[in-house]
Amino acid sequence: MTDFTASPPGPAPRAPGRIALRWLLFILLGLFALFYLMPLFVMVTTSLKSLEEIRSGSLVAFPRELTFDAWRTAWSGACTGIQCEGLRPYFWNSVLLAVPAVLISTFLGAANGYIIAQWNFRGANLIFSAMLFGCFIPFQVVLLPMARMLGMMGLAGTIPGLIFAHVVYGIGFTTLFFRNFYVTIPSDLVKAAKVDGAGFFRIFWSIFLPLSLPIIVVTVIWQFTQIWNDFLFGVSFSQAGTQPVTVALNNIVNSTTGVKEYNVDMAAAIIAGLPTLLVYVVAGKYFIRGLTAGSVKG
Amino acid sequence: MHAWLERQIPKMVLAPSFVAILIFVYGFIGWTAWISLTRSKLLPRYDLHGLIQYKRLLAAPRWDTAMDNLFLFGSLFIGISMLLGLGLAILLDQRIRIEGVLRTIYLYPMALSMIVTGTAWKWIMNPGLGLEAMVRGWGFDSFRFSWIIDPDMAIYAVVVAGVWQASGFVMALFLAGLRSVDGEIIKAAQVDGIPGWRIYSAIILPSMAPIFLSAFIVLAHLAIKSFDLVVALTGGGPGYATDLPATYMYAMAFSRGDIGQAASSAMVMMAVVFAIVVPYLYSELRAKHD
Amino acid sequence: MLPILDIQSLNKSFGSVEILKDINVAIQPGDFLVLVGPSGCGKSTLLNCIAGLEPISGGAISIGGRDMTQVSPKDRDIAMVFQSYALYPTMSVAKNITFGMKVRGIDAATQARKLAEVARQLQIEPLLDRRPGQLSGGQRQRVAMGRALVRDPKLFLFDEPLSNLDAKLRVSMRSEIKKLHQNLGATMVYVTHDQIEAMTLATKIVVMKGGVVQQVGTPAEIYNHPANLFVADFMGSPAMNLIPARTRRDKNGLQIEIARPDGSPMILHSELQRELPEDVILGLRPEDIAEAGFHSGRAVQASPCRIDLVEPAGADTYVVSQLGGKQVTARLHAETKAQPGAMLDLAFDLAKVSFFAPDTGERLN
Repeated sequence: MTDFTASPPGPAPRAPGRIALRWLLFILLGLFALFYLMPLFVMVTTSLKSLEEIRSGSLVAFPRELTFDAWRTAWSGACTGIQCEGLRPYFWNSVLLAVPAVLISTFLGAANGYIIAQWNFRGANLIFSAMLFGCFIPFQVVLLPMARMLGMMGLAGTIPGLIFAHVVYGIGFTTLFFRNFYVTIPSDLVKAAKVDGAGFFRIFWSIFLPLSLPIIVVTVIWQFTQIWNDFLFGVSFSQAGTQPVTVALNNIVNSTTGVKEYNVDMAAAIIAGLPTLLVYVVAGKYFIRGLTAGSVKG
Repeated sequence: MHAWLERQIPKMVLAPSFVAILIFVYGFIGWTAWISLTRSKLLPRYDLHGLIQYKRLLAAPRWDTAMDNLFLFGSLFIGISMLLGLGLAILLDQRIRIEGVLRTIYLYPMALSMIVTGTAWKWIMNPGLGLEAMVRGWGFDSFRFSWIIDPDMAIYAVVVAGVWQASGFVMALFLAGLRSVDGEIIKAAQVDGIPGWRIYSAIILPSMAPIFLSAFIVLAHLAIKSFDLVVALTGGGPGYATDLPATYMYAMAFSRGDIGQAASSAMVMMAVVFAIVVPYLYSELRAKHD
Repeated sequence: MLPILDIQSLNKSFGSVEILKDINVAIQPGDFLVLVGPSGCGKSTLLNCIAGLEPISGGAISIGGRDMTQVSPKDRDIAMVFQSYALYPTMSVAKNITFGMKVRGIDAATQARKLAEVARQLQIEPLLDRRPGQLSGGQRQRVAMGRALVRDPKLFLFDEPLSNLDAKLRVSMRSEIKKLHQNLGATMVYVTHDQIEAMTLATKIVVMKGGVVQQVGTPAEIYNHPANLFVADFMGSPAMNLIPARTRRDKNGLQIEIARPDGSPMILHSELQRELPEDVILGLRPEDIAEAGFHSGRAVQASPCRIDLVEPAGADTYVVSQLGGKQVTARLHAETKAQPGAMLDLAFDLAKVSFFAPDTGERLN
């Protein structure tokens, strides 16, 4: 860590200039904190106000009287078009979709990463490169054929279809995560286990998986955030009853029936963002590690 | 024979993923590329007609706007996020006691869906009830902040929301980079009496060149893929004022029933991504082989 | 007796690069074979080939009289100790040691009995419940040995097992391995780049360079009769002096002429009967050059030399002089009166001398 505003070591007293600089630093950091917090603050306060108060009061004012009506409506009554069941069914769609998709893609990534890092065979690096490039394609380029393929497989507009798409386009990243983790493990470990008589699967189950808890957490968080927050696949491959929560949120916000209920919009947005926000607050360290691992290829 | 079979197990386990990538990434890219060379409309047709879709694309004013927006949005989004991220990282690197809390605050938007971000900013930028109304309520009656409904300014509204979401992440990248600089070099420079800002500009920042590159790649990639943010914030409007290639492609594919246009616009998007990412990945992979 | 390990014309190449070339080695039960050479010489690859961890491109390997060339590591009846110890990080010491038996389906009672036996032998009983991460380097080393011992294999393989330890621990572990070998009567193959380890442990040494076996022999053979310049230079510390010289037959036998910096050459006589070319490289170990009067023997010949450098090393004092254009080191008594810059009569023991051809580097006598 480098510290250039603090006094140099020695008997020199803290110069007033340095103290002013220190204050400036805190003021700047505080202003930025306000900038990042403001939308969340506005969302929360707006969701707790009545429509009446929203029209008359200021954007950043605290609600005069708390009302949770907007939350109730957002959860179980808001209209996503013709249907007015709130976010609830779509929230569960997202859960039903994210949980299996995260587990399957993480597991496949672990197996692939284990092979590429520890069972290097001719062509393994080529396969890894092919997967890595796959991480970077804009999904628009596979949207049309995927929609047709899901139709041919009988999965069009279903949650299993969405799971399938998320798994297929998630393995690149999960493989990358596990591969980068497993290459740091000395290859002697596999050799020792081979001499001990263990085979491919035994070494994976008994030695590598128990080692992998940190990277499993990183991968699960990354995949969960990606899949929960996905909108493109959701809006392209789902239909009325199977939409994930992000699509439903967008429909609520853009639904033109009746009076515009901003408080309901905000409550719905918070509900849709809550799971990933919670994950971030609880396991932020792993979330950041995933973000940086996903961008700085090690 | 048994030993041979044992040696094949890793390949057999890796095979399904590899085949899936081959079909669903490379095969699908091929399919889209093929369709982009046909006269496909609502349904795919497989007889080739040269570059007709690309010519149509170039002639379409809406596509023109989308590409202009991409470069405007992309350069502002990348530039501001990098500057802001770097500035925050340097500020946070000054032994702040509550660094952990501030870092958490700066970075949380990255955990949110762009739809959530878009919804929030749409509300904040709502001229009748949002920021504009608030400042007017303070007595500044002539204050105007109606970017979101102004065709010339709406794209900047997207930039603001995009920067809000991604700059904290750039901050985290840079902060990690600052922390990874060899402490002894910095001590040596301090002993030599080199002032703090010179240490940053002459020693620390140059050694972080790979991080600048990574941040650029990730942001460029985010910019080109930006779809949700525009959909949630402006819906591509007013009119087509905030269309991006991603929203153009989606509109052609799913509402206009013009999959030839959708395919060709997707191919252009991929070309832009690959023009940026391929040299980077190539150098990364090569560096690792050496 | 049937060799317990027999490597016949083994080749290994990676693409067009030949890593091991025509390796032929056989050892008897109870042998301690050390593969030694500089890094990159292929010794570790050869060990991995013996273990079956790397496929070979040609030749055959048999262990205990059975052809193992195509057999996977687990069926070769071997155990291996690795440089990095390769302990399973999430398992306790006890589980590390019993993992191999568990995989092989050996019953729990036998596992427990063998574990106790090995733990007692290596004095690691108090460590059994710990994880590898909680152990010191020396303790990990013992656990890695325990994992090999418990298997009671035909062949123990060691891949530079001591190179991650500090100098003091290395010496004590070295004697423990030697004791272990003597007590068990087991057959061991040991890879190292440290020639002292090779000399102290081996009953048989294979010196390798660039994937080619340079010499196979007992430590004494390797030390006293190096097969070529590489072996002569690599084995022994300080290294053997390799001095360019000219030879001529005269009536007294072989006359050897060595250039000295002051102009007049040094002349030595050898009773060697074999014909030598005119130009040779004369090899003499530092301990075979002494202060005149301290060494005796028929072949010892003294000659005055200018001393350039005096290096006391406690038990001995090394002095450096220039002969044949090379720095020549001699090992003298600790109490020597040698002074830098002064002349000293050095005695050369020509019975111990090796001759090498300057062009091929091969031994001539």
